[in-house]
Formats: sequence, C-alpha cells, structure tokens
Amino acid sequence: MTPAALSRLGPPLLVILLGGPIGLGLLFTVLPAFGYLPALGGNVFSLEPFQRLLAEPGLWKSAGLSLWTGLAAALLSVALTTAFLAAWSGTRPFRAVERLLGPLLALPHAAAAFGLAFLIAPSGLFFRALSPGLTGSATPPDLLIVNDPLGLALIAGLVAKEVPFLLLVALAAMPQADGERRMLVSASLGYGRMAGFLFTVWPTLYRQMRLAVFAVVAFSSSVVDVAAILGPTTPPTLSLRLVRWSADPDLSLRFLASAGALLQLALSALAILVWIGFERIGRHGRENLAANGQRFPGDRAVRWLALVLQALTVFALLAGILALMLWSVAGLWPFPDFLPLTVSIQGWSNLLPRLAEPLGNAALIGVLSALFALLLALFCLIREDATGLAPRWRSPLLYLPLIVPQAAFLFGLQLMALWGGLVPSILSLTLVHLVFVAPYLFLALAPAWSAYDRRYEQVAASLGGSAWTVLWRIKLPMLSRAVLASLAIGFAVSVGLYLPTLLIGAGRITTITTEAVALASGGNRRVIGAYALAQMLLPALGFLLADLSARLIWRRP
Amino acid sequence: MRRLLAAFGLSLALLIPAYAADPADWNAVLAEAKGETVYFNAWGGSENINAYLEWAAGELKSRYDVTLVQVKLDDTANAVAKVVAEKAAGQAQGGSVDLIWINGENFAAMKAQGLLLGNNWAEKLPSRRFVDANEKPTILSDFTVPVEGQESPWGMAKLVFFHDSAKTKPEDMPKSAADLLAWAKEHPGRFTYPQPPDFSGSSFLKQVLVELAPDKAALAKPVDDASFTAVSAPLFAYLDQLNPLLWRGGRAFPQNYPAMKQLLADNEVDVIFAFNPSEASSAIASGELPGTVRSFTFTKGTLANTHFVGIPFNAKAEAGALVVADFLLSPEAQARKQDPKVWGDPTVLSLAKLDSADRARFERIDLGPATLKPDHLGPALDEPHPSWMERLETEWTKRYGAK
Repeated sequence: MTPAALSRLGPPLLVILLGGPIGLGLLFTVLPAFGYLPALGGNVFSLEPFQRLLAEPGLWKSAGLSLWTGLAAALLSVALTTAFLAAWSGTRPFRAVERLLGPLLALPHAAAAFGLAFLIAPSGLFFRALSPGLTGSATPPDLLIVNDPLGLALIAGLVAKEVPFLLLVALAAMPQADGERRMLVSASLGYGRMAGFLFTVWPTLYRQMRLAVFAVVAFSSSVVDVAAILGPTTPPTLSLRLVRWSADPDLSLRFLASAGALLQLALSALAILVWIGFERIGRHGRENLAANGQRFPGDRAVRWLALVLQALTVFALLAGILALMLWSVAGLWPFPDFLPLTVSIQGWSNLLPRLAEPLGNAALIGVLSALFALLLALFCLIREDATGLAPRWRSPLLYLPLIVPQAAFLFGLQLMALWGGLVPSILSLTLVHLVFVAPYLFLALAPAWSAYDRRYEQVAASLGGSAWTVLWRIKLPMLSRAVLASLAIGFAVSVGLYLPTLLIGAGRITTITTEAVALASGGNRRVIGAYALAQMLLPALGFLLADLSARLIWRRP
Repeated sequence: MRRLLAAFGLSLALLIPAYAADPADWNAVLAEAKGETVYFNAWGGSENINAYLEWAAGELKSRYDVTLVQVKLDDTANAVAKVVAEKAAGQAQGGSVDLIWINGENFAAMKAQGLLLGNNWAEKLPSRRFVDANEKPTILSDFTVPVEGQESPWGMAKLVFFHDSAKTKPEDMPKSAADLLAWAKEHPGRFTYPQPPDFSGSSFLKQVLVELAPDKAALAKPVDDASFTAVSAPLFAYLDQLNPLLWRGGRAFPQNYPAMKQLLADNEVDVIFAFNPSEASSAIASGELPGTVRSFTFTKGTLANTHFVGIPFNAKAEAGALVVADFLLSPEAQARKQDPKVWGDPTVLSLAKLDSADRARFERIDLGPATLKPDHLGPALDEPHPSWMERLETEWTKRYGAK
C-alpha cells in the first residue's frame, strides 16, 4: 500500500475525531438546556431553563462583559500584532521577539494570569518597588486594579497571551503573502515602512490568519481561567458564571448551566459577527487611505510606539514569571518589602514528592496526543498532496474546537463518556486532548508542508525511489524542523488543557495543570508560584527538545 | 440446603454489592476492604490537609491494605456533579466517587436527591463510640438538616476573627456585628469578606443574620418568601451601610478565605475571619501570617458547625470507604488532625469518652500562639437551615454582586 492510498483514511478520521466529540457534546448540552435530563427529573422539553436564565440578576451585564472584554482583547491583540509586524518584521528586534515566541506560547494561561496579578496588584511587585519611597506609604493603595469592573486587567492578561499566538500564525502565513518583494516595491514607490506593509502585505496575510483571529475572538469572550484570576467579580463574565452554575450543589442549576452554555455559544458567535463588522470598517479605512495616495514616509514615532508596546507585553509576561519565582521561595513577605523577608522552600518541599504522577500523566498524554495528531495531520496532508488541494471544509473543521466555547460541549461530553461506560483512562483523555491538540499542530505544520518544493519528490521518484522511500528519506527529513516544532506546540497545548482534563479525567487522572488550578483555589501564593513554574516546565522542555533534535539532525558533519 | 442458601446469598452479594458491606459486622467489612482503592473527593486547596491525608493513606495501607487516593477538588460541588452525572447515566454501582468531604448545602442536596449511602452506617462505625452528640449537637443536625447516619463527622468548625496585634490593639476589636459596622466607619477600606456564594463569605452573612434577625425561630425552618423578607431586612440594611466602607469600596471582593488571608498578610485589611479556630496559628507556623496575629470572637457568640464524610450510593469501594471513615474518626487520627502543625482542625470526639492514653494525645497538643482555648471561644450559634444560605446568596448577588 502506498502512502497515498493509506492517507485516504486521513480526512474521514479527522472529521470523526474532531467533529464527533464536539457534535455529540453539543447535543448533550442542548437537551438539558431545553429541560430534558431524565436523571434530574427533566422528562419533558420546556423553555423553563431559559426563563430561569433570563431571571438571573445581572445576566446581561455578565454577557456584556464577556462581549466587551472578548472584543477589546481581540482588537488590541490584532492591532498590536499588525503594528509590530508592519513596523519591525525582518529586523533585529523582531527576530528577538520571534526567538521568545516558543517560551511565551508555552506559558500556560493560568500561570501568565497569576504572574500578571502578582505584578500589578496594589500589593504586587510594581507597588512594592514604589513604596514607601515614591508612594510615601507602607500600606498598599486601596486601588481597584485587578478584578476591576470594566475588566481592564482581564483584557491586559488576554492581550499579553494572544499576541504571541497571533505572531506565530502570522509568521506561518508570511511566505504566502510574499512580504519581502511587496515591501521592496512599495518602498521603491516612496511608501513608509508601515504604510507599505498595510497596503500591500497585510490584506493577503490577514486572509490567511482570519480563522485564527476568529479563534482569538471566541476564546477571549469565553475564557474561564484567566477571567477567574483577573476578571471582574461583581458580576463576573458569563463564562465564569456558567462554570459555577454547572458546579452548583443545587442540582437543578444543571439545566440553567446548559441554557447558559447555549447563550455563551450565541455570544461568541455574536462577537465574531461584530468582528466581521470591524473587518469591513478596517478594510474601508485602509482602502480610503491607500486611494488618497499619501505615502506616510514619516512613521518613526508610530514604529517606536509599536516596539514599546510589544516590549511591554513581553516584559509583563517575563516579570510575571519572576514574581512567580520569588513567591515560590518566599517565607514571610510583608508589604512594602521588594524581596521576601525570609526564604522558605515550603512551596517546593510540599510540591516535589507529589509532582511525579501529575507530571508523568501530563507528559504521557501530551506525547501520545501530539504523536497521534501528527499522524493524523500527515495523513491529511499527504492526501491533499495526492488530490492536489485542501478540502474546503478543512480549515473550518480545524478551527471548530477553537471557536466553539469549551464549556458548551464538555459537560455534554462528560455525560457521553459515562453513557458509553468509558472509564477515565490515559486513552480517553488522549482522545479528548486530540480535539484541541490536532488543530494547533495541523496549523503549525501545514504552512511548511505546502511551502515544500515538491520537485525534490519528483527527482527522488525519477531516481527509482518508492513512495515510502521518498516520504521517509527525503520529505520528512527535510521537513524535520517544522515537524518537531509542531510536535512541541501540540505537546504544550495538551499540557495546558484544564477543563477537558478535569471533566473527562474525572479526578482519577490528574495532570500538573488540574493540580495547579485546584491548589490555586487555596490562594497560597507560594504554592501557586511553585506549581505555575512546574506547569511551565514540561512545555519548555518540549520546545527545548524539539530545538535540540532539529539542530542534531541538521548539524554539519 | 444451607450451602444452597449460602451460594444464593453469595450470588446476591455479587449482584448487589451494596449489601455486602454491613458496618455492624466490622470484621467482614475489613476483610472485604482489603485491596480496595478508595477515591476520596476532598477540597485540595490546602497543603496542610493534603499532607494529612497522605499520612492517613500511609497508615490505611499498612494497617488495612486499603489504598486511599485523594481526588483534589477546587469545589466540593464538582464531586456532587460527578455523582449526579453518574446517576444521570444510570450508573448505580461502580461509581467514581467512594468518599466525599461534605456538609451544609452539599449534604442537603445529595440527601434530597438520594445520592448518599443510607443504612445509618455512620452510627455503626466502631469509633462512633467516642462521639457524644449531646455535647456537640451539630453532629446530628447538619445546618439543621437531620444527618440520619448518612455522613460521619470529621471535624468541628467555629467562626473566629483574626487581627495583627502589631498593627491594631486587641481592645479596639469589635465585639459584635453592630460593633464591626461602627469600627468600619472609623477604618474605611480595612475590612472585607469573601464574595458569596463562597462558603466563608456566606457564613459571614449568616453570622450577621443570626445576630440581627428579629425572629430567630424562623431560621431553623426552610425559608419561605414571607419570612425571608422580614427576617433578612435588618441584615441587608446593615450591608447597605457596611459594603461602601469595605476594602475597594465593596466593588470587588476576595474570592475565598485564603485570598482574604493574603490581604491581611499584605496589610490591605486589618480584620479577617475563618471557620477554624486554629487557622491563624497554622498560618503563622507556615510563614503565611506574621507571628503577631491573634484571635478574637464576638461576646454573644459566633456560628459553629460540623463537617463530615459521606459515601455516594454507587461507591465502588464501599467497604474501603467505611474503613477510611472509621479511621478518620479514630482518636489517633483525630488528635493528629487537631495539631496546628499538622492541620489544626478541632476534634468531633468527646474527650470524656476516651481512655486516658487517648485523652493524653489531645492534651499534649500545643495549640499555638494565636489559638483561643476551647473555653474562650464564646457561645456557639446554630447555623440556619441550608435553604437560607441559598436565598441569602441569591439576594446578595442581586443587590451587590451584579450592579
């Protein structure tokens, strides 16, 4: 059997493994949303769950908050990514940021949010540096910085994490946009660097990135862990209320939670619709600017602003990691001391003996789901090589798990797993992780795959190499760097997954991430610091290994 | 014939494992529990408690060959949700939760849904003989809901306030809810409570409710609309005044007790409270709070309750769960739990019922610098019926949590 024949399995498998869990999970969310869940006394279909939902105090404020924070975070992230690309792509500061992308992406959302909170809270590192010298007070200022009602801290936290993701997507799409040559032409016509980029490269680039941007919009409007740490609390965002309803001891709230999950789904869809409106406005503005012929050669100030803002997000994440490190070894650390009064290994000594199992589970599930996803991606890509084009449904299918809010289908999926008598196992968790790992891995690998010069294959085949030989000896080795990088990204995604692990693992199988979030509920900053660092360890190791093996493969003899 | 009956009984036992573990025949329970793995669903947010359970796991393994695994929850309701989901899926045995740490509204919800093992098992445990329910009445009535042997007591809780004596004087500390409001007027921004429905925050609401309610008898009964409005009116009048005087002007709240504890450590507030009298001593021992923190209570009393362990109706390792529940109730385990260097959770046992060796285990414990002696804890106020808590939480959210 040739690789091409075997790869026929790829597309159907992708549909089943990604679409299946989401579809079935959604079905088992829709039923209770309309009152049907016999085990809880819901035997008839009714609109009662929605009536209860609408009677919830502050529901529309929560929904509005989700919409606002989601759109604002997405808009700022896209604007910053665009500005930074326009102003600096191909330069040394850009390459510096590019090198940091892996570690920044590997930083789990919860850890990044905690780091930011430890940094900017009134008793955080920032105010400790200013007090009492500049603030004149040994008491932290009574300022509402974290958990502010407008969700500004939440937006900041999301932007810091989404910009690296968008930059990664943009870098992957860059080859198709033919940036260098277009920039040369626009520069020769006298356009400023940023204007040239916006008028010539950005439209093509954005088309490639569009679904990823939708995923950012949907994710930001439905995020749970970051909102719990940085978001408003009176009331919290819809996603957070939803998760709380689904965990309320008053069991009739399950119906309410399911109805809320559908509202969340509608809300994320609305956010994307509004975003499409933004796109039109943006395109209109850009076309007008381009049409009036101005060349904007003097963009120095804006370029520096873009660099400063970009540096600020990187700095915030790195300083957050520093704050986590300090807290993980802190004994007593009263305000306004900038460093802990006493050092204590309590956080770590508590942690180390029980680190082995959750780390081992996370690593095993991560490796399995990444390898499985790689196989799936290769099958599909080889199939696409054979048919000559990617099926139209491929991108929407891949982005489906990233766009549908997790809460909307995971509770249903949990019911499903029980129905099927699926005992939580490494395998069932791997399958659920695959739903989220496969898209990221696929998206990371596909650009390099399609940029590969297929004439190498023709040459090899003409020299008598079988299809398998060509694949194993020529194509995969040549693409090894991209393959390894995509594996590392898939692995990092798997390690960071919280809700799916919690619900499908049913507490029987814990990973470093479920342990970290459970302990974070205890609020002990020493333990949070230690666990957040341990949580970063695996993805960081993954990227390091990928980088080292790529160097090994490509070393000069 | 007898052999036939025995065979019949055996096959029945295989079919319906729930009948296999009868705590009245303790040796049979021990025999059946051998080799079982008990998944204990317990809040995992405290390293002290997790370490204590690891110790218990070691003892249970070596003594009874029972493997205890703590499933660390960030909210007990998640475990309730799991049992619900299993019931929804028709899984009447072999469930994923064997033992659950529970009280109050979670217990009321599980009991009402028939999700807990009945049989009065909790009162048949061997260590139950050291319990005196007359001395600690909340052991029989969990937030006024009759326990009826469906959960076994594990620890006692009482609301206690803490302050840092290096920054505020003990004699300036409020002595009642009304006093606290007056104090907050003089010290705006220096007090807060965790946001309801967090358990500690809701407890604070109940404390004020019990102190101010005109008709205290209504609190022991399930809430209804008429009584709620009348009985809770003084509480909400109080909160209307207090909330603007809170930390961050009452526009944000800490999300739980540990977050509030961190505020005291950061000098963002002056007064905090907890449901465990030795919590401050434990926090001093672990370096989370300065050594100058001290406790106080209200002169006319503070809320008190008991927390329990329960066994879901479909537990897979039922015999193992019974063995664990009994071990957790034993004088040895209870004494270790009360030591603030370990956990500091007050015992449910009656010292009068222990022999001298076991009593000595408790008398040896150094309660720590910030823990009030049991006779200084002040009167115990009863918890209202759990339905009050839910109504209070909803009403609080409507008024202050969703402005």
